[in-house]
Amino acid sequence: MNIIITISITAFIVLYAGLFKANKALLPLTVVGLLTALGFTFAAWNGNAVHFGMMQTDNFALAFSGVCIIGTLLIFLLTQNYFHSKSDNIAEYYTLILFALAGIIMMVSYKNMAMLFVGLEIMSVSLYILAGIRKKDFASNEASLKYFLMGAFSTGFLLFGITLIYGATGSFDLDKIQAYLVDNSKAVSPIFYPGVILMMIGLCFKVGAAPFHFWTPDVYEGSPTLITTFMSTVVKTAGFAAFLRLFAGPFEPLHDFWVAPLIVIVCLTLFIGNVTALFQKNFKRMLAYSSISHAGYLLFSLVVIGPHTQNNVLVYAAAYTFASIIAFAVLILVKQKTGSDSFESFNGLGKKNPLVALSLTIAMLSLAGIPLTAGFIGKYLMFLNVMGQYKTLLVGFAVLNALVGFYYYFKVIVAVWFKDGTETELSTPAQYKIVLAVSVAITLILGIYPAIILNLI
Amino acid sequence: MEQLLLLIFLPLAGAIITVFAGKSAKIVSTVISVASLGLALFIACNFIPNASTQFEANLPWIADLGIRFHAGIDGISMLMVLLTNLLVPIIIFSSYRHDYKNPAAFYALILFMQAGLLLVFTAMDAFLFYIGWEAALIPIYFICAFWGGKDRVRINMKFFVYTIAGSLFMLMGIIYLYLQNPAHNFDIQAFYALNLDSAQQGWIFWAFFIAFAIKMPIFPFHTWQPDTYTAAPTQGTMLLSGIMLKMGIYGVIRWLLPIVPAGVQDWSCLAIVLSIIGIVYASIIAFTQKDAKRLVAYSSIAHVGLISAGIFALNQQGMQGAMVQMLSHGINVVGLFYVLDIIFSRTKTNIIEELGGIAKSAPQLAITFLIIVLGTVALPGTNGFIGEFLLLMGVYNYGIWAATIAGLTIIFGAVYMLRMYQNVMLGKTNELTITFTDIQGTEKLVLYIICALIIILGVYPKPILHLTEASVQHLLEQVNQKLTSVK
Repeated sequence: MNIIITISITAFIVLYAGLFKANKALLPLTVVGLLTALGFTFAAWNGNAVHFGMMQTDNFALAFSGVCIIGTLLIFLLTQNYFHSKSDNIAEYYTLILFALAGIIMMVSYKNMAMLFVGLEIMSVSLYILAGIRKKDFASNEASLKYFLMGAFSTGFLLFGITLIYGATGSFDLDKIQAYLVDNSKAVSPIFYPGVILMMIGLCFKVGAAPFHFWTPDVYEGSPTLITTFMSTVVKTAGFAAFLRLFAGPFEPLHDFWVAPLIVIVCLTLFIGNVTALFQKNFKRMLAYSSISHAGYLLFSLVVIGPHTQNNVLVYAAAYTFASIIAFAVLILVKQKTGSDSFESFNGLGKKNPLVALSLTIAMLSLAGIPLTAGFIGKYLMFLNVMGQYKTLLVGFAVLNALVGFYYYFKVIVAVWFKDGTETELSTPAQYKIVLAVSVAITLILGIYPAIILNLI
Repeated sequence: MEQLLLLIFLPLAGAIITVFAGKSAKIVSTVISVASLGLALFIACNFIPNASTQFEANLPWIADLGIRFHAGIDGISMLMVLLTNLLVPIIIFSSYRHDYKNPAAFYALILFMQAGLLLVFTAMDAFLFYIGWEAALIPIYFICAFWGGKDRVRINMKFFVYTIAGSLFMLMGIIYLYLQNPAHNFDIQAFYALNLDSAQQGWIFWAFFIAFAIKMPIFPFHTWQPDTYTAAPTQGTMLLSGIMLKMGIYGVIRWLLPIVPAGVQDWSCLAIVLSIIGIVYASIIAFTQKDAKRLVAYSSIAHVGLISAGIFALNQQGMQGAMVQMLSHGINVVGLFYVLDIIFSRTKTNIIEELGGIAKSAPQLAITFLIIVLGTVALPGTNGFIGEFLLLMGVYNYGIWAATIAGLTIIFGAVYMLRMYQNVMLGKTNELTITFTDIQGTEKLVLYIICALIIILGVYPKPILHLTEASVQHLLEQVNQKLTSVK
């Protein structure tokens, strides 16, 4: 509870600071607010407190809150030199991201379906505005409209699902829904099943899993890069936490029922994400499709629900988040210099900027899943989990997709190190250096000694 | 235990130091690689040549996943460690003539790869083995793709995707074994003790075999190899052919044979047939090569084919032959590529027809090159002979038909290698080769060391045979015991 209150208050303070044109104070205020929220997250560890029957800050919620807050913090640090003029609505950026984060904290810690809906909407409405915040930019407008229409549509599915489940069980409370399923395991109400499927569709829309992924590439490409970073890392992580809280929690007894559509979704997502990413010429769009494929790997963990499923998703989400933040940070730097986010603008980056290029390389190795990076541990846990029930064919399919992934992530490495390019020297502000160093450190530490995160939940 | 940890982490620490060494990277990496050779020799001197695992290090790493840092050295590992730590300083010496751009990164990557290779050759935990397997791949990819020749990017992408495809399926195999293991860990002894039925063994065999076959490479998984060898910088080619392909052979011996002996027995006929097809096929292609570097690359496929046939014959002679031949092939192939690099740096070509008569202006190069070629074609008295003789004996014990065809490798090899020597070194000089200067400085040092090793090991191979004998025998006993218990 403290976490949400802190974040919301920070958001209001930042809004007022913006009103009085105190643009220099925005970042320090936000950082202090987020660090306080992070402190509350640590303080609540192992507390497992229930707040008014609506939210439960168990370790699952806290771990995901922690990852989301750290991720957001790093993204805020990327604002240095990002805005060119005062008319860029800087305070609105800060406030809306903070509001979205407040929604995210609800999404990862809800105990009541109503809370899931409220959290999801707080996050989504903020994001609709953020996607279109460059009001004179055509692509940004398109992104916003597309995101809004698709988001509204998917919320409809979600809400309809919640209604049907309420109709069957008479409650929004997760524990009561689970109790209902356990008590009536032989005679689950027939309207419960469509409820589950509708909720699955709604959430798949939100996390951008195929075949509900069509909005992702356009929205990710059209939005300002800072917002894309936020959407494809923190928001995605939160979406999966929400997914997991429901499907590995109360819906777990119906696993046999929903696993079949899930496997179809997983296979489609992996295949479409990876194969389409292969053909992209634009780095930002490639990252959008790669984020679809990572959604596939994350959903992969739900195919077999075991004691470690939630922790596996946490590891994977953390690995993915920090590697992506590196990739987007370098993208922002390159775009500031060259004005383009195609692969060509990365050519020859390593000659003049070896450290930035090295960070990007480590990020790509992690996203591809090379040992000694966090991404490998994440993928390994996913494969291990599903192999546990000897679904070898499914793992084989995922392995083949990982192979395709190597190809397009290495395209970036090839461009950075082996291609001759313009050899522009990037101006890397201090805050970017911090973000890159922290993210690289987390990626390598989780890759070499993952024991620190393996038993968190 | 401390010695082993030092052995593995010295190159790793060296790599980190070298990154920051800037212009003196060459010297720093030389010192570190010579120091690690000294350490390997020290370990070898204290090694008792019996079947036991010595210098064992067994430390907790990722306890929740049953992963331990478990490494140790038996006779087979000892040989591979010696090979690695002997060749890396030679390879670094051989780079002295070049001025690579970004020397710090170049030498750091070589040392990083050395650490990965040593991990592969000493790991007793399957997960650790896999980590080493990949940790050796990444640096060599960067070495070849950054400092390589024409079309390096495309060629290395093919190489990388090939090898990573193999290793991902191996990873699936490792996970499967881990799940089968009631103790839920990756310990090699626990994997040895598993009781898998023959269908399971067949699947695991293929999961591992493809990874190893791509690495060696065995026909038909070899298509990445000639291009990669040709496009790589000389040191990259040496690392690939001298040490890295031994990872595949070592993997077969350490992980494939003892864990799934029934799978090996079921499929060994196919593996031997593929190896022999590889021998003949690569030899025929080697005949027709115009580029000497490609010729050596194909001859390497033929030699490796014989080694793998000897291993899959599953007997003492074949296995011991493989041991000696791994060492000999490593030394000889590094020597060959080094000579070709010397020729290339002076004439700017490796096309056989454009060369000729070099022996007249470079007598020392001619003699050392001849010794290396004779070692490669397995003339008695050179290191190549012992290995090939034992390998052929092993294959003969498996089947006369196999030995007959595999024996062609010696005849073929003699023909194409000597023909290459003749056309490059003898005959008339032309405008390219008339100004050829003889070897000097580090070139002399490297070639003299290589020739000395070829002759010493050829005349007195006993220490090597003695080193591995007990371990090989133990391994075969283990395999046979497991085979009878399955029946």
